Amino acid sequence: MTEGILIGLTTALSFQNIFMVMIGCFFGTIIGMLPGLGPMTAIALMIPITYGFDPATGLILMAGVYYGAVFGGSTSSILLNAPGVPGTVATSFDGYPMAQQGKAGKALAIAAWSSFAGGTLSAIYLLFMAPSLSKVSLSFRSPDYFALMILGLTAIAAFSSKGQFLKAMMMVVLGLMLASVGQDSLSDITRFTFDNMNLTDGISFVLVVMSTFAMSEALTIILKRNDPTAAAKQVSLTELGSIRINKEERGKMYRTIPRSSVIGFLIGVLPGAGATIASFLAYGMERNLVKDEEKEKFGKGSVNGLSAPETANNSACSGSFVPMLTLGIPGSGTTAVMLGALLGFGIQPGPRLYMTNPEIFWSVIMSMYIGMVILLILNLPLIPYIARILAVPKNYLIPLILFFSITGIYVMSFNNFDIYLMIGIAVVATFLRLYDFPMPPLILAFVLGGLMEENLRRSLLLSNGSWEFLWDRTLTVCILVTTILIVLWHIYKTFTKKKS
Amino acid sequence: MNINTTKIISLLFFIFSAFYLYTAYQIQVFAFDENAPFNARTFPIYLGYAGLFFSGLKLILPDPDTIKVEHRTLEYKKTALLIVIAIIYGATILKVGYFLTTSLFLFASYYFLGERRWILMFLLSFPFVAGFMYLLHGVLEIYLRDPFLKSIGVMG
Repeated sequence: MTEGILIGLTTALSFQNIFMVMIGCFFGTIIGMLPGLGPMTAIALMIPITYGFDPATGLILMAGVYYGAVFGGSTSSILLNAPGVPGTVATSFDGYPMAQQGKAGKALAIAAWSSFAGGTLSAIYLLFMAPSLSKVSLSFRSPDYFALMILGLTAIAAFSSKGQFLKAMMMVVLGLMLASVGQDSLSDITRFTFDNMNLTDGISFVLVVMSTFAMSEALTIILKRNDPTAAAKQVSLTELGSIRINKEERGKMYRTIPRSSVIGFLIGVLPGAGATIASFLAYGMERNLVKDEEKEKFGKGSVNGLSAPETANNSACSGSFVPMLTLGIPGSGTTAVMLGALLGFGIQPGPRLYMTNPEIFWSVIMSMYIGMVILLILNLPLIPYIARILAVPKNYLIPLILFFSITGIYVMSFNNFDIYLMIGIAVVATFLRLYDFPMPPLILAFVLGGLMEENLRRSLLLSNGSWEFLWDRTLTVCILVTTILIVLWHIYKTFTKKKS
Repeated sequence: MNINTTKIISLLFFIFSAFYLYTAYQIQVFAFDENAPFNARTFPIYLGYAGLFFSGLKLILPDPDTIKVEHRTLEYKKTALLIVIAIIYGATILKVGYFLTTSLFLFASYYFLGERRWILMFLLSFPFVAGFMYLLHGVLEIYLRDPFLKSIGVMG
């Protein structure tokens, strides 16, 4: 292993590769900040360029773009409540309220430090645990995945405020229903398309996230323009605040970062799970672990609530490299794009990658440390400038948010049906938001819908239609018991609060 | 039972779930798949029942935290105008082209939101869209169809 680390270090520290990490991080941050253009788009755009380099350099460049885009996505989540990628949806829960309170600079600084710490810690985990973790991830079967999805969706109860559990579950079902539109993945039978060709491929994630977050946020701001409380919020938006993190906030982050990085990394290792589940679970876990006083601040600008998903999504990014490099199974959509690029180089990732191409395996791991440092150096000084986006008057900001949202959809499909659909979903989402129906559960369910159906299908087919698969394996039972405990805990908390 | 807007939304969701469930049962599957343990309609059917269950619970259970929305303070007119402009934008973008429709969409939105600084409105629409279009089309090589620019000879 030492030899491998040295080979990786030599490759990663070459001038060309450091430069590539810098370019990747910078380019990724800019692309990730634009709502609608996430890491997948950024990496996809990079693929033709990487073919001009050797595989290690190409992969290092793509990895830099990946971290940069995830950080950039957090920036738009915090400043505009417009998460460009699913992995940063949870960041907006507390990042955006913090920005609304005039602490945009601080929120971005917390996000930058948490991303840095999460990425660095997970790179250390990756270094020592990659070989054994790949074996653990192999032991996950379809029933375990299905149970994990149920757990992820039930954990949403932790995100909903008091009395919102049923509303959150209704939004989960709505998200799953939206995800079921289009062709069935196995039989290619079209469902819920009503003979409309535009719906055959289903509804795109970017469309749903743009309409339920960015567009409906813009419409809600206009709708509540004369609301005295909303007006007060808008005034405070022009205050950027300091980027300094005080001792008390640092103390909170010291406790949150290690546990969130562990959960982020472990979830990232599971093929198909990735940064989204990691950030949601880390947020839910953090909310359950903090004191009652801090718990009340969740969703209103909590430091723990911002630090946890930010740490977890960056950890998951590194974790998702484990199944890709060691098993040849991508841990996320983004690593799936990278896997395609590696195959284009003629390299087959898998357990033998250690032996056949050690410089690729280890240089990517080593470049992660460099990438995290560069990302921090690049982003911290730029925070005051980035945060100035908030000083733009609402009369300009709202049309610009609508412009970025619509453009994001238009450049993906070049058809006006998607624009109409987006407006329709945004109008419904705005109305639902007025009555406190939470949108994050809908997004998570939409992302997990396809995977959930696939794993349920496999489980039911393997057990010949019997639901016994739910208690056949210890791992499945453990996950389901955790899910039941979360529901029971929520019911208990609701009743004790009512009594008090 | 106290009838409020949340209950009405839940009732609408209940009806929507019933319609979804009905449509799920209508999904045509292959003959050999009809009696399979899992086919294209299985998961949607579960979802339909789940929708009925949760919205039904919301309808039946008491709702102590009623959300009250002050409709008088809400800006329905401007919001509706913005939605109409966005629909017109969507309807014309393919025929007229990205540059002109996007610039006009931005300009009209600024105007209807109460902005009257004409120079700033112009700068943040036409030149801004031109710059953004250059980034997408020129730098990132994302093709943007634009019949208007083509007709005046700016785009090939």
